[in-house]
Amino acid sequence: MVEATITRAGTMNEKSASGELEVRDVSKFYGTDRYPKTVVDNCSFIVKRSKLTVMIGPSGSGKSTIVRLLASFEQPSTGVVLLDGKKVTKPDRDRLVVFQESALYPWMTTYENVVFGPKAQGRQGEPLAEAARGVIDRVGLSQFQKSYPNQLSGGMQRRAELARALINNPAIMILDEPFRGLDAMTKGLMQEYYAQLFENSQSTHLFVTTDIDEAIFLADRLLIMSNFPLRLRQVIDVDLPRPRRLADVVTSDAANQLKMTALSILHEEALKSFAVGNQMADHFIESYKQRYRPDASD
Amino acid sequence: MFALAQLPTMLGTRATARAIIAITLAAVFWEIGSRFGDWTGARLPFIGVVPPPSRVLLVWYNLIGDYGYWQSWYLSFLRVLGGFGAAMVLGIPFGMALALNRTFYQTAFPTFEVLRPIPPLAWVPAAILFWPTQELSIAFITFLGAFYTIVINVVGGARSIDARYIQSANAMGASRWTVFRRVVLPSTLPSIIVGASVGMGVTWEVVVAAEMISGGGSSMGSGTGGGTGGGLGFFIWNSYTGGSYEQIIVGMISIGIAGYISSSAIRALGDRIAPWLKPR
Ligand SMILES: Nc1ncnc2c1ncn2[C@@H]1O[C@H](COP(=O)(O)OP(=O)(O)OP(=O)(O)O)[C@@H](O)[C@H]1O
Ligand SMILES: [Mg+2]
Repeated sequence: MVEATITRAGTMNEKSASGELEVRDVSKFYGTDRYPKTVVDNCSFIVKRSKLTVMIGPSGSGKSTIVRLLASFEQPSTGVVLLDGKKVTKPDRDRLVVFQESALYPWMTTYENVVFGPKAQGRQGEPLAEAARGVIDRVGLSQFQKSYPNQLSGGMQRRAELARALINNPAIMILDEPFRGLDAMTKGLMQEYYAQLFENSQSTHLFVTTDIDEAIFLADRLLIMSNFPLRLRQVIDVDLPRPRRLADVVTSDAANQLKMTALSILHEEALKSFAVGNQMADHFIESYKQRYRPDASD
Repeated sequence: MFALAQLPTMLGTRATARAIIAITLAAVFWEIGSRFGDWTGARLPFIGVVPPPSRVLLVWYNLIGDYGYWQSWYLSFLRVLGGFGAAMVLGIPFGMALALNRTFYQTAFPTFEVLRPIPPLAWVPAAILFWPTQELSIAFITFLGAFYTIVINVVGGARSIDARYIQSANAMGASRWTVFRRVVLPSTLPSIIVGASVGMGVTWEVVVAAEMISGGGSSMGSGTGGGTGGGLGFFIWNSYTGGSYEQIIVGMISIGIAGYISSSAIRALGDRIAPWLKPR
């Protein structure tokens, strides 16, 4: 049902924007000068052009905070964010964010939500209407153009939000845990669906998540982040063939190897937050490492 | 009992049936309560002095053709609409400005907060002195009643907008005016509607009290039931001084109905201009 709606009609007549984002020595402190609270601690990484980069890190580690910095909703305390080599300081439609919880405008229908951005840019008339119908069709919501967000299911809201971002053709698309809170079935569908959207567009995406299966399934590159405060722990290239199907990835040995590697790093980080210096936690990490050492499996 | 069970389907909706049953039951208890003394010789406290609903209905029926009675409705409604309308027209921009402009907030809010606790009725003598006509004084007091409520709600609503709404609008390149018109205003609308319906309730309280205190304004017709013409508040007061207890009750219930009509109108209007808030 979902696959059938995925066509390249509509927006694709416009040139597909694509950019490269560089984060250089970025930190973010909150609190006062005397009692600073470091949330992002000296992060450097690149979100590569036309790739799907997935950032994975424990809950509460500061991922949403760095997203706000990338979108220039807030300024980094130190360091710079560069888009195609140029420093960015203001929110712009070259970097659009799909938020963790729905940020669709509740007072606008699906269609009105989607055309909000282009209209603010001065686009109008039949070309806009056609483009809007195109993206709405691409996310499978043609029947719901006139529905208000509260009349859509959680999964449909997420797709409407994807459409609202897609129509603006951002050079960088940033998605902050967009499928959090969806039931397992819907989440699986949305992941496949989103993977195909990405594969058809070839623009640059940064996808933030806490879900390792989601991360491996979607990623070209995986940024594994530390526990709070946020640091980059490791970058892993995910060389699984595209287009990807959930069923294939779940059963792929390569994917499982990657998952184990990523998990052992992540669990170390997660456990740190539970029990710093706790002996039991140390034991657990040890036995965990034994059990899931990638080369020991199989 | 059988007939009662069928009532819902007869009336179309269960809700209407429940409302009617409740009102009927209340009337029956009231009737029994106030007639108890006639029947047994032992008058019940409080309710014993109130005329029974059957007598009230009779008096009401006789007032249906009375010009003065309807004039009271008309005058009160006019004052409520005037005061309320002015409060909306001035209160919404004022509240918005307080919420969105820091300098204006720091300048105007303290004064506003000192004036706000003063009950509208405490303004009556001053208002009579300030304003050339009694009509204007009543309108002013009515206005005050709604104004504070509306302003407070607008400020609260406009200040609690989800930051992401504005962030995404900015990111999509919306101008300041577009952000205000298409994001800030609609997301404040629920609070404006709440403020309006609460404010409407306050205006009815205030207008009735103001009419009683100020003696009801200019026109003093003499209808069948004791002479009215200065609004429903004055109608009640006049019935009291004229000794018609049934008419007091008629006046009270009339205000209840008028208030109900007004708040229903606001709700309907709210559903109209904010269709996304309607429960699914
Ligand atoms: N404005 C702020 N002032 C102070 N502390 C903040 C601020 N914003 C975020 N934090 C702190 O930063 C930490 C990380 O928050 P953030 O929302 O970025 O985490 P996250 O990784 O997105 O978590 P989740 O996966 O649960 O969404 C939290 O402990 C939070 O308290
Ligand atoms: Mg987050």
